[in-house]
Amino acid sequence: MHNKTLIDYTLHLADNALIIGHRNSEWCGHGPVLEQDIAISNIALDLIGQARNFYQYAATVSGNGATEDTLAYLRDAIDFKNILLVELPNGDWAQTILKQFFFSTYQYFLYQQLQNSKDAQLAAIAEKALKEVTYHVRWSSEWVIRLGDGTLESKNRMLRAIDEIWSYTGEMFLAASYELQGIREEYAVDLSEIQKNWVQKITSVCIEATLPLPADTWMQSGGKEGKHTEYLGFILADMQFLQRAYPDADW
Amino acid sequence: MSSQPKQEWPLWEIFIRSKQGLDHKHVGSLHAADAQMAIENARDVYTRRMEGISIWAVESKYIHASNPSDAESLYDPANDKAYRHPTFYTLPDEVKHM
Amino acid sequence: MEKGLTDIFRDKIQKEIRIEPKDWMPEKYRQTLIRQISQHAHSEIVGMLPEGNWITRAPTLRRKAILIAKVQDEAGHGLYLYSAAETLGITRDEMYDQLHSGKAKYSSIFNYPTLTWADIGAIGWLVDGAAIMNQVPLCRSSFGPYARAMVRVCKEESFHQRQGFEILLTLGKGSPEQRRMAQDALNRWWWPSIMMFGPKDDESPNTIQSMQWKIKRFTNDELRQKFIDVCAEQVKLLGLVIPDKDLTWNEATGHYDFGPINWDEFWQVIKGNGPCNKERLETRKKAWEEGAWVREAASAYAEKIERKKALLVY
Repeated sequence: MHNKTLIDYTLHLADNALIIGHRNSEWCGHGPVLEQDIAISNIALDLIGQARNFYQYAATVSGNGATEDTLAYLRDAIDFKNILLVELPNGDWAQTILKQFFFSTYQYFLYQQLQNSKDAQLAAIAEKALKEVTYHVRWSSEWVIRLGDGTLESKNRMLRAIDEIWSYTGEMFLAASYELQGIREEYAVDLSEIQKNWVQKITSVCIEATLPLPADTWMQSGGKEGKHTEYLGFILADMQFLQRAYPDADW
Repeated sequence: MSSQPKQEWPLWEIFIRSKQGLDHKHVGSLHAADAQMAIENARDVYTRRMEGISIWAVESKYIHASNPSDAESLYDPANDKAYRHPTFYTLPDEVKHM
Repeated sequence: MEKGLTDIFRDKIQKEIRIEPKDWMPEKYRQTLIRQISQHAHSEIVGMLPEGNWITRAPTLRRKAILIAKVQDEAGHGLYLYSAAETLGITRDEMYDQLHSGKAKYSSIFNYPTLTWADIGAIGWLVDGAAIMNQVPLCRSSFGPYARAMVRVCKEESFHQRQGFEILLTLGKGSPEQRRMAQDALNRWWWPSIMMFGPKDDESPNTIQSMQWKIKRFTNDELRQKFIDVCAEQVKLLGLVIPDKDLTWNEATGHYDFGPINWDEFWQVIKGNGPCNKERLETRKKAWEEGAWVREAASAYAEKIERKKALLVY
């Protein structure tokens, strides 16, 4: 019984990393300048690497012949537990940067706590990933500042991005059923703890970027429990195509 | 939207120390808007395979190079000073560790 | 005076002493290098697109990570090469302009489409294989920055061909559908790969001069033959068939004979009539144009910070 919630929690962490990594990889070959094309592909690689670590662990706990690939490629949208934010389309560079900044900052505080998880494996994955995420926060916050305080056009694009994305940030701190259970069993992270830090970091970077943050608004949610935007289905249609078209094949 | 930016990001020369105790070595160049970005770009471009532990970025325009035609006056004199090189000295084979 | 410089230059080339950016060099040498290095850089950048197509559809997480790393490496290689060309007095923006206006060429191979996953294998094995064969001698190019860039490229490139071969090997051992996919990819990529070595020696006007200057070390036909000899053996391990019925071992020459190359197709693709020429160029232009505001914003912000620093000093 414990296993089911541990698996769900681990899959939630894996799905978050995979889907945003997948989105980042869409930039590969299309970035605004060669050096940044390489930078965002690196972040994609880090995140897909994290996802693999979590999936492999979830597969071990699940047994039944599950592998990282059956978990990533053979579940449907209603089984994915990522937050809605990570599945949003990339939009322009401003939206991509802002999504990354919000998410990396969240991951940073989350992994910091997850290092203390009673589950040794989750703690180990978090410790390794934290080094990568520290860089993602640095990279994305510098870009938020550059774009917010750059030209009139870049500022306007950032304002529009905030407008598009802000309502997807609340879900990060809204605990799903498996998170609550995990917190009780001391392997999952208490989100109310990290929310304060997140707000503080976001606020200070946005002040430096001369970008006002919206007042309280309605927050979207549902992704953690499998209720997604329409975008996820299309991501999976691309991602899972070969595994679905040629069942049981080796690649 | 102006289709042509006024000027491209400046060029930077990148030097990487691959191991503690070694010199920084020139590895190549890249474009970046500022020094911070140059260092981060260098990390992403030139250390994708863990090649470095310390990065220097110098804007290319600040690199002063010697003129190749001066090479004779700058370096040839050192050519005569073979005594600066350890192999100049013939020692008996019995002398070890020198 | 001019005569003296030419002699010094020729002497260096003869003695295998690398030419460095600030050394005197004949204008034609400079221009030839700019053309060759920038074309090479453009090929890396445009080459990201056909494979990049499959990043979101890679069939396993391992394959996905490998493919991202590979396409990202190509961006890195483009960057090294643009930097090498920049030492000759041309800017990256100018080179992009030449690419986007159609004035500069890039390797025609990237004007072919990637239709199935097996194409990623075929590109790795054949296209990267041909590229490596072309590039290894360039590590000894007479121009220092080019040679150094190529050393770095070749070092990183070695996994690219292996991952491609591994993909085809896996497909070759797979289901009938997978084997069909692999053979189909080989059928489509074989001849374009053979053409990657460029026109026949007697139709390649720049070769002689480039060989004298040691920018090029082997002729197109020499490298092509070497590539075919290698592939004809490797294909046996894959259990696939090279689509050339004239491909036979020739005891007398010690090489494989091969069938006629469709040079008409070659020249048509160079002229812009390949299946994906327009699409590739449009994609590059779109990325560049849509990135303009990002580049401007970063410049503007950097200037702002510089001004603030200056105010603090005075």
